[in-house]
Amino acid sequence: MSLLAKRRADKRALVVGLALFVFAALVWRDAAAQTLSATYGIGPAAMPYVVAVALATLGLGHIVVAFRDGLPVPEHADGVAIGWIALGLVALLLCIAFGAGFILATTILFAATARAFGRRALLVDAAIGLGLGVAIHLLFSKLLTLSLPAGPLERLF
Amino acid sequence: MDSFLSLGQGFLVALEPSKLLFAAVGVLLGTAVGVLPGIGPALTVALLLPVTFKLDPTGSLIMFAGIYYGGMYGGSTTAILINAPGESASVATAIEGNKMAKAGRGGPALATSAIGSFVAGTIATIGLAFLAPWLVELAVNFGPWDYFALMVLAFVTVSATFGDSPLRGLTSLTIGLMLGLVGIDKLTGQARMAFGVPELFDGVEVTTLAVGLFAVGEALYVASRFKGNPEEIVPIRGSLWMTREDWRRSWKPWLRGAAFGFPIGALPAGGAEVPTFLSYVTEKKLSKHPEEFGHGAIEGVAGPEAANNASAAGTLVPLLTLGLPTSATAAIMLAGFQQYGLNPGPLLFTENPALVWGLVASLFIANAMLLVLNLPLVGLWVRLLAIPQPWLYAGILVFAAMGTVAAKPSVVEVGMLFVCGFLGLLMRRWDYPVAPMVVGLILGPMAEAQLRRAMQMTLGDPMVFFQNPGSATLLSLSAMALLAPFVMKGLSRFRTAED
Repeated sequence: MSLLAKRRADKRALVVGLALFVFAALVWRDAAAQTLSATYGIGPAAMPYVVAVALATLGLGHIVVAFRDGLPVPEHADGVAIGWIALGLVALLLCIAFGAGFILATTILFAATARAFGRRALLVDAAIGLGLGVAIHLLFSKLLTLSLPAGPLERLF
Repeated sequence: MDSFLSLGQGFLVALEPSKLLFAAVGVLLGTAVGVLPGIGPALTVALLLPVTFKLDPTGSLIMFAGIYYGGMYGGSTTAILINAPGESASVATAIEGNKMAKAGRGGPALATSAIGSFVAGTIATIGLAFLAPWLVELAVNFGPWDYFALMVLAFVTVSATFGDSPLRGLTSLTIGLMLGLVGIDKLTGQARMAFGVPELFDGVEVTTLAVGLFAVGEALYVASRFKGNPEEIVPIRGSLWMTREDWRRSWKPWLRGAAFGFPIGALPAGGAEVPTFLSYVTEKKLSKHPEEFGHGAIEGVAGPEAANNASAAGTLVPLLTLGLPTSATAAIMLAGFQQYGLNPGPLLFTENPALVWGLVASLFIANAMLLVLNLPLVGLWVRLLAIPQPWLYAGILVFAAMGTVAAKPSVVEVGMLFVCGFLGLLMRRWDYPVAPMVVGLILGPMAEAQLRRAMQMTLGDPMVFFQNPGSATLLSLSAMALLAPFVMKGLSRFRTAED
């Protein structure tokens, strides 16, 4: 490794360090806003202060590391694959938010994840996802008497 | 003698048909998830938490323990047949076992790991049955300061001592502690770190964090590096049976593996990685055929496999007697106890002996079931490995969504799953350990409760932690464990400078 490359700070470690400082500040501010305290011993703010100090210390540690060895360099990541899974998870979120139900959500999530892993047969995968969703729904509602978010598809059963 | 009596009563509970069914489901599920790459026992138990909410507590806990044991078992199959360890404790097995399989000795490799796991698991469970009552008697005299010190020690050892980088381990732990702060403070009723979001008043759901970090994070990570070529499964050729020579070379490593695994698992240091690694190194040193190591030495499969099952039983010692989880799976099993309002510890042994001893007895049964089921069914487990990865991970994510949504069907919860998933991806890419965060989330609030209880009893005098011999010892051990990696790193730097 050349000397020049070593001297430049590792950006990722800097980012983690800064994020830890932000977390520390958030925890500290939240603890300072606690109005009630304990009559004996220590109140609800004590532990947050400890955590905030720990976070700040670790943030400092990351800044030091950034100027020394840096974090391990990861392999190249396939952003498209990550995007497909993210899409599936967003679909899950929207299905829950707008009452489209669990079965539809699983169908989309299954198909999108399979796509992320390089499958091209979206319809086949969606059909498998649908089957899985129906099976889980039946297992939950009939066997375990637990409820999953219901939408138009769930009302058919 | 008490142990025998209690254990006998435990067997009466564990041998009820419904409990046997739970144990069987647990070991089958556990073996399956152990075999499949990408999901481990911790994740499986986390996914099942919301599903088992309405089931019988004893049965569910027996099932969870079965999953834990089964996961340790199943991991070895994957390690031997595709050289991809299903869980981190199988890494040592993968080295020798896969070489054996390639040389046409996959059958004996699977057999020695299965029989070794049975032998070591049984020895370790006997150890658990006899050590637990003794520890419980000791723990009755523990004050809140002792518990707090014990938890601090667990924090340090889980995150700093055995990871690659203490800084990254501690960062993971501290973020877990921070997440543990979220929610209503039980003593004063004030909301902390909730930022006015009502869904956060109950705190961060363990299921969501664990599922996000383990399942979604892993799926994202594998997808981001996926090249499309499936792993090569080495077909099992020849006999499943071990020859006389194999037996002769295996039985001592089994016993030594149990001797490493159980005590190290029982210490608040946690994890099966250390004992399996120690066992591998020891067998290599003691073997009469050291030249075979690296080319398929049966000792290198027998020892580590025995060690990793024994450590699983060892981990249950602090979990049951002190309520102290020392591995990610144990931490999530603790959450399982808590969802039924049960708190593991000395009180549980007196209040609910049927449950505790039923659970211990069920471990013997689970072990025997694993031995009987595993070898004949090995063909079935191998077929699980043939599931195409796209469907496997898609299925994992569907079950992850199920676990989260079943626990709390809200947009905030799914949003947190999303965030935790990407956090898990980032942590995997930048080499941060994930388990300390889960331990921090579960153990953090408990540690705070003990700390505040201790301070209430002494009217706010922190000296109690240092005046009490138990807590003073534990805290100085923690300080040593925290500083040791940094000091040793400094020492090694000096050494390299001298060279």
